[in-house]
Formats: sequence, C-alpha cells, structure tokens
Amino acid sequence: MHPFTYICPSDVATAVGSFTEDLADQPLSTQFIAGGTNLLDLMKQNVARPTKLVDINRLPLASITELPNGGLRLGALVTNADTAYHPLIQERYPLLSQTILAGASAQLRNMATNGGNLFQRTRCYYFYDTSAACNKREPGSGCGAIKGYNRVCGILGTIDHDPKTTCIATNPSDMSVALAALEAVVCVTGPQGERTIPIADFHRLPGDSPQYDNTLQAGELVTAIDLPPQGFANHYTYLKLRDRTSYAFALVSVAVGVMMDNNQIQEVRIALGGVAHKPWRKREAEALLIGQSADQPTIYQSVAEALLEGAKGYGYNTFKIELAKRAVVRALGIVFQQNQ
Amino acid sequence: MISNMPLTPLPPSSITLTINGKAHTLDLAPWTTLLDALREYAHLTGTKKGCDHGQCGACTALIDGKRINTCLTLAIMHEGHQITTIEGLEDEPDKLHPMQQAFIDHDAFQCGYCTPGQICSAIGMLNEGHAKTEADIRELMSGNICRCGAYPHIVDAIHDVMHQTH
Repeated sequence: MHPFTYICPSDVATAVGSFTEDLADQPLSTQFIAGGTNLLDLMKQNVARPTKLVDINRLPLASITELPNGGLRLGALVTNADTAYHPLIQERYPLLSQTILAGASAQLRNMATNGGNLFQRTRCYYFYDTSAACNKREPGSGCGAIKGYNRVCGILGTIDHDPKTTCIATNPSDMSVALAALEAVVCVTGPQGERTIPIADFHRLPGDSPQYDNTLQAGELVTAIDLPPQGFANHYTYLKLRDRTSYAFALVSVAVGVMMDNNQIQEVRIALGGVAHKPWRKREAEALLIGQSADQPTIYQSVAEALLEGAKGYGYNTFKIELAKRAVVRALGIVFQQNQ
Repeated sequence: MISNMPLTPLPPSSITLTINGKAHTLDLAPWTTLLDALREYAHLTGTKKGCDHGQCGACTALIDGKRINTCLTLAIMHEGHQITTIEGLEDEPDKLHPMQQAFIDHDAFQCGYCTPGQICSAIGMLNEGHAKTEADIRELMSGNICRCGAYPHIVDAIHDVMHQTH
C-alpha cells in the first residue's frame, strides 16, 4: 500500500473542506473512507493510490429516519447489515433487505456502509490486474477484457468502438440494483453545497471516459440515500444468479417491484445487475406489463426481450444474454406467484 | 509506482488499541491494517492472514461484538473500540469458550488455519441472532472459507452451541 496521510474529522463541512485542498493536479489523491472494504482492497492491489484518506466514520450520518413524504432516509454511514435488518426496511422495503443480504459476506456487510456501497468500483478482472491494459484504471491504455476472459463482463451499454475508450466492466453492487428499482435519491454535500441525484443518474455508462463510475463532482460526499414512499412490499423479488450459492458477485441479477390493484398490474419496476456499467432499467419493457393481469406468463418473455434489446456478447460472456432473459421471466413468475 | 509517494516518509503515530480488554499502545503507520497491527505489533498471532483481501475470513475478529475482516480495515480507525480476538474469548483463564469446545468436540477442523476466524465469525453470528436453521448457518458463515472442507462438522459445532445458548 502506498503511504498516505490520514485525518478523521467530526463534521461534514470539515470533511468536504479537507477534500478540496489538493484537487488541482491529482483528482483522486484524496479519498473518503468509511467501511473501506473496497477502497483498501484496491489500495493493496495498487489500483487505488490516494495520498490522503479522510475517515468519515465520525460524521453524524449513521441513522435511519422517517421522511415527511412517508419515505425513509438512510444515513450514509449506516452499515449494510444494520440497514438490511432494520425493522422499517424489512417491513416497508423488503426488496432492499433481500438484495443487501444477497451481497457480500456477513463480515463485509457489518463493515460496508450504505454510502460506500454506491462506490464499489465498476470492474472486471483486468481492472484489478495492474499488469493488464484497462481504460478504466489507466485511461487510454486499452481493454484487456474485450478479447480476453470476459465471462463476468457486461452485455448492455458497453463501449467498444475505440480501443482507447473500450470498457465492458460491470457494477458489482447488489444494493444499487434494488435502489434503481425503488428509484432512490442520493443526497450529497460538496464544495458547491448540497444537491440530490436520482439513482438512475448517479452511476454512469462508460461513454468516452470509462475511468468514471459515477457523476459526482470532485469533493462531493454522499450523506444519505432517500427511499421514496412506495416500497413494493407486497410484490417483489431479487433473483441473483452466480457461480456459487453464497458470497459471489452476480452473473446476472434481477430486482422486481410490482404494485397490483386486484389482479391488475398498476406499476412495475425491473432492474438488472451484472450486465452493465450501472444497474439497467428500461421503461418501455416495464410498460408492457402495465394494465395487464398478473396471470399472463406469455408477456414475461416479451418483457425480457425488450429489456435485453441491443445486448451484445463478447465470447465468454455471451451466455449472459440468454441467462438474463430467463432470469427476468423467472423473477416475474416468482413475483406474480406471490399474488396467487 | 514510486511517483505518488510522499517525498518524506510519514512518521508512525502512537495509537492505543483495546484488545481483549487490555490497552496496547503501538507505533503504527496509518496504512497498517488492523490484522497486521494484531499480528506484527501486538504479537497476537491467533488471528490469521489468509487471502488479505476479505475473501477467506481467516482474519475475522470481533469489534464491539461484531465480526469483521481485520485485513480490510486500518488499525488507526479502531481507537476506542473493543477488539476481541481468538486469544480473548475465554471468560476465565484456561477455560475454553463454548464455541472453542464445540469445535473440538465435533472435530470441526483439519489443518486449523481458518479455525480462529471460523470461531470468531460463529460467535459474531450468534450475537447477531439471525441464524435459525442449519441452512441459515451455512449462508451466514459463507464469508469463512475452509480449504480442508470441514464444513459439515463446523456447521454441527455451531448448531450445537446455538441450541445450548439461544
């Protein structure tokens, strides 16, 4: 691990202020650390080389509170474990609870925070291997995955037209997939003040700058994640397909939340994990189900086809296209069985 | 690789960690992981370094009663916390913790390298109180890998203690 300086401020203003000091020439030279489970791993691998760590664990961001609109505010420093087992989350947002518990190990969930979960680096094996080319780790160096062992890589929203920007990495977060389905809102504080970012706009596709996983400006700190009132607590599921039963990243995952009126579908959210640089949603695919009755499995396949439209495989990961379609069909079947 | 290093080495600072109820004042650089602090500075080598990347669970210890991977956290982040390692589980000298005894009774290890992490993790799991069945034990212990494959006996040992005490 490269040497760094360490500070541990006790208020948000000091934390954000300490970040801005050395922005100019090295934008990633200062990093916030909370649970540290991904950052320290990346530092040991020499992938991340911050020269200053700002430990935010003493900031007053460790509670889950009710919002006036009926939603919940998840403090950035509440651990993933405490969130998943929180009575209000289990009662009103069981999709989020189930999704968090499908990720990582119990030890990691005890360390990892809600804010930090959003910052798990979008990745593939070549991002972690400092002897390989990777446009995400070293912009312009090329992509080892595109013609390499790309089994875990993405099939949607990938960029492959220019060797200097090619990136087919996937975001590994389970929690973010549920947050996408729930349409959560990320609250941040930065040098320019406070702002909110819809989760759909928080993570980004690689575009021509795959080194950026999210749309935060330098020095911005996530303080909370707001959950809207609708938690889809009656009809939901998180289906995660992976190489072993527990403690593995998703090859493909599907978060589904549905609101029913009698037997008619009123609202539906479907988010995919393991397939793209960010959680993947497509409103047109969801719209196919609106107004339909729940017992029409023939529509599930159309929804799956619409969600996966434009999907592209790169050899070892081509199986993910069919796997994702079948996962969508299976997940919808699970959710609508709950209704019967 | 060298280009990002500060020109002058940063001096280690004096950090006090409370390990198994005893204060240890150690001179540590900020980048010392808790695992390295335990093993190399406090000389408590019961906690093991396996993968050093949070994937195997051999380094599991308890912080304020909660199980974590000590390899993925910095020692400097744990001043003021109660750190419990495999060396500090006994309530009284020379008497094993029930989980340690159960691992012996059920022959729940072969080489033993993962065992301190397994035992600390199992105690942490029972503190959490979410495991009800053997399937729950398997799922909630998935962060602890046993390369010898002693899983059936590990599950038996934990199951035994779970029913004795909860």
